[in-house]
Amino acid sequence: MADDAASTSPSPGSTPTPERPSRLRRTTSSLALLRESPVGMVGAVLVAFWVLMALVAPILPLYDPLEPLVPFQGMGATAPDGGTLWLGTDHRGRDILSRVIWSSQRVLVWASLATFVAYIFGMAMGCMAGYLGGWWDEVISFFANVLLSFPVMILFVIIVTVLGASGINIVIAVTFASAPAIMRIVRGLILDLRTRDYVFAAQTRGESPWFIMLVELLPNARGPLIVDACLRLGYTVVAIATLGFLGLGLPPPEPDWGMMIKEAVPLGSFAGREMVVPAVALSSLILGFNMLADGLREISLRD
Amino acid sequence: MSEQTPVLECKNLSISYYTRAGEIPAVVDFDVTVNPGESIGIVGESGCGKSTVAMAIMQHLGTNGAITGGEILFKGRDMTKMTDDELRHLRGSEIAMIYQEPFASLNPSMKCGEQLMEVPLYHEDITEKEARARARQILDDVQLPDPDRVMDAYPHQISGGQQQRVVIAMGLLSNPSLLLLDEPTTALDVTVEAGIIKLISGISKKFNTSQIYISHNLGLILETCDRVFVMYSGEVVEEGTIDSLFSWPRHPYTHGLFGCIPLPTADKHAAPLKPIRGQLPLPHERPAGCFFNPRCDHMVPGRCDQAHIPMERVTGSAKDHRVRCCRWEEIDPNAEALSGEQKPPSEIGETVLEVDHMQKYYEVHDRSLKAILSGQTTKHVKANQDLNFSARRGETVAIVGESGCGKSTFAKVLMGLETATAGAIRVGEVDLGALGVRDRTAKQISGLQMVFQNPFDTLNPSHTVGSQIGRVIKRLGGVEDDEKVRERVFELLDIVKLPRDFYYRRPRQLSGGQKQRVGIARAFAGNPEMVIADEPVSALDVSVAAAVTDLLTDIQREYQTTLLFISHDLSVVRYLSDAIVVMYLGWIMERGTTDQIFQPPYCPYTEALLSAVPIADPEVTKREIVLEGDLPSAMNPPKGCPFSTRCPKKIGDICDNEPPPQQEAAPGHVITCHIPLEELKKVEPVIHVPTAEERLHAQARDKTETTS
Amino acid sequence: MLILTLKRLTSMVLIMLVVSFLLFALFETDKLEVAGKVLGPYSSVEQREIWLENNGYNKPFLKRYVLWVGNALRGDFGESIQLKVPVSQVLGDRLANTGILALALFTLMIPIALAMGIFAGMKEGSFRDRAISVTAVATTSIPEFASATLLTAIFVFWLGWLPGTSSMSSGFDWQQLVLPVAVLLMYDVGYVARMTRASMAEVMTSQYVRTAILKGIPYRRVILKHALRNALIAPFTVIMLQLNWLLSGVIVVEVFFAYKGFGSLLYDAALFGDIYLIEACTLVAVFVAVFSQFISDIGYTLLNPRIRF
Repeated sequence: MADDAASTSPSPGSTPTPERPSRLRRTTSSLALLRESPVGMVGAVLVAFWVLMALVAPILPLYDPLEPLVPFQGMGATAPDGGTLWLGTDHRGRDILSRVIWSSQRVLVWASLATFVAYIFGMAMGCMAGYLGGWWDEVISFFANVLLSFPVMILFVIIVTVLGASGINIVIAVTFASAPAIMRIVRGLILDLRTRDYVFAAQTRGESPWFIMLVELLPNARGPLIVDACLRLGYTVVAIATLGFLGLGLPPPEPDWGMMIKEAVPLGSFAGREMVVPAVALSSLILGFNMLADGLREISLRD
Repeated sequence: MSEQTPVLECKNLSISYYTRAGEIPAVVDFDVTVNPGESIGIVGESGCGKSTVAMAIMQHLGTNGAITGGEILFKGRDMTKMTDDELRHLRGSEIAMIYQEPFASLNPSMKCGEQLMEVPLYHEDITEKEARARARQILDDVQLPDPDRVMDAYPHQISGGQQQRVVIAMGLLSNPSLLLLDEPTTALDVTVEAGIIKLISGISKKFNTSQIYISHNLGLILETCDRVFVMYSGEVVEEGTIDSLFSWPRHPYTHGLFGCIPLPTADKHAAPLKPIRGQLPLPHERPAGCFFNPRCDHMVPGRCDQAHIPMERVTGSAKDHRVRCCRWEEIDPNAEALSGEQKPPSEIGETVLEVDHMQKYYEVHDRSLKAILSGQTTKHVKANQDLNFSARRGETVAIVGESGCGKSTFAKVLMGLETATAGAIRVGEVDLGALGVRDRTAKQISGLQMVFQNPFDTLNPSHTVGSQIGRVIKRLGGVEDDEKVRERVFELLDIVKLPRDFYYRRPRQLSGGQKQRVGIARAFAGNPEMVIADEPVSALDVSVAAAVTDLLTDIQREYQTTLLFISHDLSVVRYLSDAIVVMYLGWIMERGTTDQIFQPPYCPYTEALLSAVPIADPEVTKREIVLEGDLPSAMNPPKGCPFSTRCPKKIGDICDNEPPPQQEAAPGHVITCHIPLEELKKVEPVIHVPTAEERLHAQARDKTETTS
Repeated sequence: MLILTLKRLTSMVLIMLVVSFLLFALFETDKLEVAGKVLGPYSSVEQREIWLENNGYNKPFLKRYVLWVGNALRGDFGESIQLKVPVSQVLGDRLANTGILALALFTLMIPIALAMGIFAGMKEGSFRDRAISVTAVATTSIPEFASATLLTAIFVFWLGWLPGTSSMSSGFDWQQLVLPVAVLLMYDVGYVARMTRASMAEVMTSQYVRTAILKGIPYRRVILKHALRNALIAPFTVIMLQLNWLLSGVIVVEVFFAYKGFGSLLYDAALFGDIYLIEACTLVAVFVAVFSQFISDIGYTLLNPRIRF
């Protein structure tokens, strides 16, 4: 840190107009921080791996995940066209590797969308409850409590059975289940931040509540919210996969991990690999999210 | 003295912390000898290593700290070589420690009595009953009222001052040979602090305990210690007896520190503060040679920035006086003291603010069972009670008071975050007391800005310095053009003497002092007519605080701004204000010009407050008035005079039952008290500053004592 | 304290009322749909209307709701459409089965999780801490049905030690409990251990623990008397809230292992559209969740002298 040179510099007015440091450099330097947490690094690598898989699935040399080849092929078997089936085929002869990778895309897309929507609602409600207080807080908090008193999976099952199983309905169910929890976190953060002097300063300049919430408060809540978003993305992936497993998830035929397991379970020991591969894939992604969140939290506490 | 075994000796002690950035030396080459019954003061600014020394003596440096050299001898035994078990027997019984934050230091889920009893139970062969009796006795010794209640209370059920007395009692319980006190009064209010200081300074006499007293406040060290060590950036730069060091400081840093403290003799116009330029170096950025050399006016290249400077004995002073400066013989601190520039007083114009019988009550809902049964669930907290005062253009009015006195509430009403319950706050023709900030015009808002207390809170950590100041200019200055806004921000940065490239910095890249400068720039960005400064320097280190205070008054003088200065520190207030308002529990107890407040007649509360101010000048004497008890809660104030519960001059039931009248002692000097003015006029001044003649006499007397 | 209890009780009742209203509105606003569910998809509109008339469905909506709540309070949730028996009867049996699962889970989970959390949190950053933390995050990261899959693959298909289903069709068999409990345990131990660790680590760095150490009292007592009491306040709340989570978790686990408990009952009811059963199950689940929250709030104030009234 530069010393308080201020008071010594002879005529500060003569200092040349400075240049703005690039945004890129600031972003890379904050990413580099993650290197200091081994747990966070492992998490980041796991998450990055699956995100990458989801992105490149269309251009990888994979078999069609829906096309039946030969059923019950073992690992490394040769496909009818001479290619290798690295993880073998399932009970209907579909390439397991291809299905697992395509699943990641489907799950991640819907999970991100659902988490995003839940965050929009959760943050809006949390800001209003935390900053405006009074009746806003009473009413919003009460309805959040009502929704939170439902065990999550029961809420999912009810919403999906009433509305029907589809991607959009899953987004709605996740929003109902997650938004209240996000609201509580945001509300807590806002309650803490709103007593800061810079908020007081903004209030005494006559800024509107919206300006204060969006410009003064929310940016400072981002640390804990990023950690929470990471965890919540993990929960949402689990929720989507679990609904898939219960047969209430994204509609077939496109694969997702939960559905793959659901199809394999009744076959018992014949379909061991068919069950274990998606289970491992799913667990590794969730582990990634959780470890990344742990790492981020650890780093943010250090500052 | 020299035949006795010292209680504690540190020899060449060096302590380092190990972080990801590598080894960071926190304390270098520290030597101290503490004799039985002696009180040693260690003074320094934050990060100078003073608390690290205390933790090293306790052998509790945490996982990343270690003693890298030297030894710590406790009664001749080297503590660095002791086993955990041996250390455990010393801790709490032979060496005890008293901490900065009493509440955090007590276990929240154990009763105070039980926490006290643990000490004798684990250090002595003693029954539970005896331990209980001992604990009860010691609470009596630290002058806690109602010790039986405290024994059975959880820490949160007693006040801050009482908590600190419990912690002190815990330290004294096994009659230790050495007591370490780490800023024991920093978290307390001034009048409560005075009581604790009196208790502490009596300990060594009563229990013959040696003390190491750590503080950033030279005035407190003066009141409690025999010898003092001044630390800077991990090393002792000067040590000596209180008299020698306070009278003839030899190290440039030491007399620099004295130059930063407003003394009751100082006046901002006649003798402005002399801030030390720059700031403390970070431990891994210490310069070669003398660590102070980049900030020192006497620095000679080639001499001060070469080899590490050893401690040298100051010849001609007391025998313990030693200094770490290679030029101490050449520098004459007194010559320099006279060279302070004189600044013209600011011109005071017409009245701009008039507070007229302003009241602010809050409604508080009491949901306790008792309140519901008695039907009194709504209580009124009288945060501001009938405030009357005015401020003129270019004038500095200080509002002084301890926590809960209502000064922050007043600021909120003035700034429009609350509206007054009754009365008016007139600025020009408008009653701002009735207008919330959203109902005020842009001009009314921009005319009134605020500088905040906490440097870590005052700026939004997510935005750059430039955008935060710029926002004020756009919003209040009416400038829309981005380029013009930027130019104006640069100008403001120049005014607060910060480099222009701070425009793109984020608050976390700034030091505390720099943040406060940005806060000042932000307050002045809308060209305000009046600025409220809420304890703007109380969280800063002394040397930095002086620079910020000076900056604030310079800008104020230049722009003829009215400054409302909220503070608890009467020395600062004496130094920079023209008029003072003394508040207590929502009431104005006394108001008048600075001279009127500091001279009799006094309101008894002002008198106690003046007596509580620690003054870092051994020649200044004070009448000692120590208040009993703690500040009453604002929720439940006394019925009559708010001060009646603690007032040493209480005249009878009238004080308890009737609100005191406002008596005008002189034009503009109002005292709120039941005692007749004639009585109040009879008292002596609390603070006695010797005249030049008396000083010469005193010096001559000291000289003969040292030489004999 | 009394006031707090009353306040919490009121909010509990309010939440139950709102939840029950939402459920009733969701499932029974469309009367014809209800009749269709009861009489089957091939029933005619006339049949349905006769049924509605006979069963008091033509009263105003709010009146029906009040009657429904009154019946529910007396334990009368109607008759299951699918099983043709009173809902309360089947619900009771299934709840008891899930209770066995919960009991087994909690008796194992609480000591294991607390011990792991306390040992890890006692020395933050040590090898022991890192090892426990990584294990905990790994086990919580595996979703229940994935760990059920993996455990089944290992212990049923590969080693052949344990039965793969837990339907208890030929009487109670403890072996059939092992896998469901293990699956729940894997997730929950990790979760509670992490919370305990965080709480313990925070307490260990607190100033009052430092005071206790520097008072010279033995380390054992510092941990047992000063640290633990404060460190266990947060995990207590977390453990109580596990009841809410458990009601989610059992759905997957019971469906996977075909265990005849509350979760699989709710799942079957939802798939079949057995509205009376869904309503009853949900109300019971929400009641258990809200009640455990209530206990946890009260317990928290009892444990924490700082907020006692």
